[in-house]
Amino acid sequence: MITIKELPDENLFTAGHTACPGCGVAMSIRNAIRVLGKDTAVYVPASCGVVFGTTFPYGAWKVPFFHTAFENTGACLTGMQAAFEKKGKKVTVVGFAGDGGTYDIGLQSMSGAAERNDDVLYICLDNEAYMNTGIQRSGGTPFGAWTTTTPVGKHIQGNRRFKKNLGDIVVAHEIPYYATLSIGQPLDFIRKVEKAKNIRGFRFLHMFTPCIPGWKMDPARTVEVTKRAVESGMWTLYEVENGEKRITYKPGKMKSVKDYLMMQGRFRHMSDEDINALQMWVCKKWNLHYKEKGSPDICEIAPPEEHHAVTEEHREMHGP
Amino acid sequence: MKKVITGDHAVAIGAKLCRVEVVPAYPITPQTLIIEHIADFVNDGELDAKFLTMESEHSVMSAAAAASAAGARVFTATSSQGLAFMHEMLYATAPLRLPIVMPDASRTLGGPPGIWCEYNDSMGARDSGWLQLYVEDNQEALDMVIQSFRIAEDKRVLLPVMPCLDGFVLTHTVEPVDVPQQEEIDSFLPPYEPDIILDTARPAMIGTFMPPEYIMEMRRQTAGAVESSKEVIQEINSKFAKKFGRDYGGLIDTYRMDDAEIALITMGTVTSTSREVVDELRQKGEKVGLIKLRFFRPFPSRELKKAVSKLSALGVFDRSISYHGGGQVYNEVRSALFGMTIPVINHLAGLGGRDVTKEQIMKMFELTRKAAKGEKVNEINWHDTRGETV
Repeated sequence: MITIKELPDENLFTAGHTACPGCGVAMSIRNAIRVLGKDTAVYVPASCGVVFGTTFPYGAWKVPFFHTAFENTGACLTGMQAAFEKKGKKVTVVGFAGDGGTYDIGLQSMSGAAERNDDVLYICLDNEAYMNTGIQRSGGTPFGAWTTTTPVGKHIQGNRRFKKNLGDIVVAHEIPYYATLSIGQPLDFIRKVEKAKNIRGFRFLHMFTPCIPGWKMDPARTVEVTKRAVESGMWTLYEVENGEKRITYKPGKMKSVKDYLMMQGRFRHMSDEDINALQMWVCKKWNLHYKEKGSPDICEIAPPEEHHAVTEEHREMHGP
Repeated sequence: MKKVITGDHAVAIGAKLCRVEVVPAYPITPQTLIIEHIADFVNDGELDAKFLTMESEHSVMSAAAAASAAGARVFTATSSQGLAFMHEMLYATAPLRLPIVMPDASRTLGGPPGIWCEYNDSMGARDSGWLQLYVEDNQEALDMVIQSFRIAEDKRVLLPVMPCLDGFVLTHTVEPVDVPQQEEIDSFLPPYEPDIILDTARPAMIGTFMPPEYIMEMRRQTAGAVESSKEVIQEINSKFAKKFGRDYGGLIDTYRMDDAEIALITMGTVTSTSREVVDELRQKGEKVGLIKLRFFRPFPSRELKKAVSKLSALGVFDRSISYHGGGQVYNEVRSALFGMTIPVINHLAGLGGRDVTKEQIMKMFELTRKAAKGEKVNEINWHDTRGETV
C-alpha cells in the first residue's frame, strides 16, 4: 500500500488552476490523481472542475481529459473504456462528477455504467449543492441547509428534505467496490483510491468535499470541517467490497452535530427544532453504521437548549 | 454478392464491412433491427467490436463521443425520439470533430406519437454540425454507410455523419442489395488514424471550457469543415463509383433535367416514385425533370442553382414542416435560389408516414406547371390532407 511519503511528487493536476482557496474538490482531485498515476484518462462533466481546471488556453491536467456535458459521466466512462480496451491499452478510466451530476441529472447514466459493471472508476465529489451555478439545492443537500433555491424565508427556512442515501443506491447495483472518503482522513483516502484503482469492474468513490462559498465557511478550515463531519456522524467512512460492508473509521464519542453546523454559514439560521431533527437523522445513521449488534440505540446528544438567534450578521449573509 | 435484405440489415452489414470498433446501442423503432443485427455479428464472432448496451440514447451518443475521442471508429443508429433525446450530444460531437457515423431511421417525432416515416426528427438536428444525407433504397443505404465513414474521417472534414433512411419504407422492406466483399471495403476505407486523441502517451484535453476569446474560431473551423465536405463528398462519390460501379451523383442527383421546363426536388424513397411519374409525364410530352437532394448538410446551394437555371418553375417536396411556413427543404431551397426569378412552390406530403402516391406527385407537377405559366398557385401546398387541400 502507498504511504503519504511514497506518493509521487509529480502533480498530474497542476498548480495554476483557478479553484477557490480551500476548495475541497480541488484537494480531492489532486490527491486522487496522484495515487491513480499517469496511465489514467479523466472525464469531468459540467462542474467547477471544468471551469477551474480547463479554461482554454490553460489546462491543469497532465493526463488525457475529456468533457462534453453534464448528465453523462457514466456513459462517457463506458465509451472511453471500450475504446481503450479495443485498442489494447491499459488505462484507468476515471470520472470526477459532482453531487448534482451524480445524485440528480447524472443518476441514470451512472446507474447504467454500474449495472453493466463497466471497468471504470466513478468518483463523486459531494459538496452538497450545485455550486458551479451558484449554490442551488441538489439531492445531496442536507436538511436545513441554505441554498439559493432553499432560501431562509419568513415561512420556509432552508432545505426541507434529508440528504439522499446515494450510497445504498450505488451499492444496490452489486458492484465490486463502493467507498466513502474524506480529505480529513488522508491515509484512509489514499488507501481507498489505491484499492479502487486495482479492482476491476465498476468502482465508486464517494468523496466529501467542502465548498468555501457554498458552505459559507473559512477557507482555512476545509480539513477541519470534514473531520467534524465525521466525528459528528454527518459523514461516515466505510467501504462495501463485493457486498461486504466495513467501517474504516469509527469516531469515539459522538460529537454534537451543532458543532459541525456552526462552522458554516449555510446552517447558522437553523432553529433548535430543525437542528434537533437533523441530530435525530444523524443518530439514526450513526446507529445504522456504528452500533454493535444487539446493543441499544445510541443518541447521546441532547437536543440543543438555546434557540440559535438570527443575528444581524446572519441577516446580512442570508437575508431574513 | 446479391442478398435480399431490409434497409436496416443493409445498414448493419455496411457497418460490419467498415470494421466498426465501438457500437453503443439503444433500441427504437424502426431502427432496432440495425443494432440487433450488429449484436448478432458480434456474438457470432463476425465483427470484432465492443457492443455497449446503453440505458438511453443520450448515453449512446455520450459513449460514442468518448469512444471516438479515444480513437475508435464508432457506429450507432437511432430514430425520432431517440435522436431528440441525444440532441444535446449532437451539438457536442460535431465541433469536437468526432467522426461518428449514425444512421437515422426517419420517423415522425411526437407529438402526436407515431412510428412512421417523417423527416421532422432529423431536421431538428440540421444546425448541429452533423452532415446529413437521405437515401432512396437499401443499396444506397449500405453504400452510404461506407461512404459516410470515408467522408467523416477525411482530415478535411472530421465531422459526424447521419445517413437517413425512410422508416419502414426502407428499414423493414426487403430489396435485392449487392453486398461488397470485405477486401473491397478494406481497400476503399483505410483504418481510422486520428491525430489528436485521448492517449496517455500524448495527453490531450478535449472538450475544454471555451471563453469568448476562442469560441468563435471553433465555430468558424466547424463551419469551414462543413463547407469543405462538399468537395470531399463529390470526390468520394467518384472513387466509389469507379470501384463499385454505382454513381450516386454526390450532393445531388438529377433525372431527365437536360431540357426540363419544370422540376421537382425530392428526398428519400419518394424519389423512386417520382422518377416513374417523370417517365409517364415525359411520355405525354411534358418536359419535366427531377432533382434528388441527397445531402441536406452540407446544403448544395451551388449545385442546385446550376441544376435549376433553365427551369421556368420548381416544386419542392417536403416530408416535414417548419411551423413558421413550409418545409425545411423548401426554405433552404428558397434561400439558395435567392435572386433567381423562377417561381418555387412547396409540396408537403407523406408526413407522419402517409403514403406518397403517384397521383400526389402528378398533382405536384401539375401545380408546379401552373406556377410556371404564371397562374395563381399557393406557395405552400398540403397534399392528400382532409379538409381544405389541393
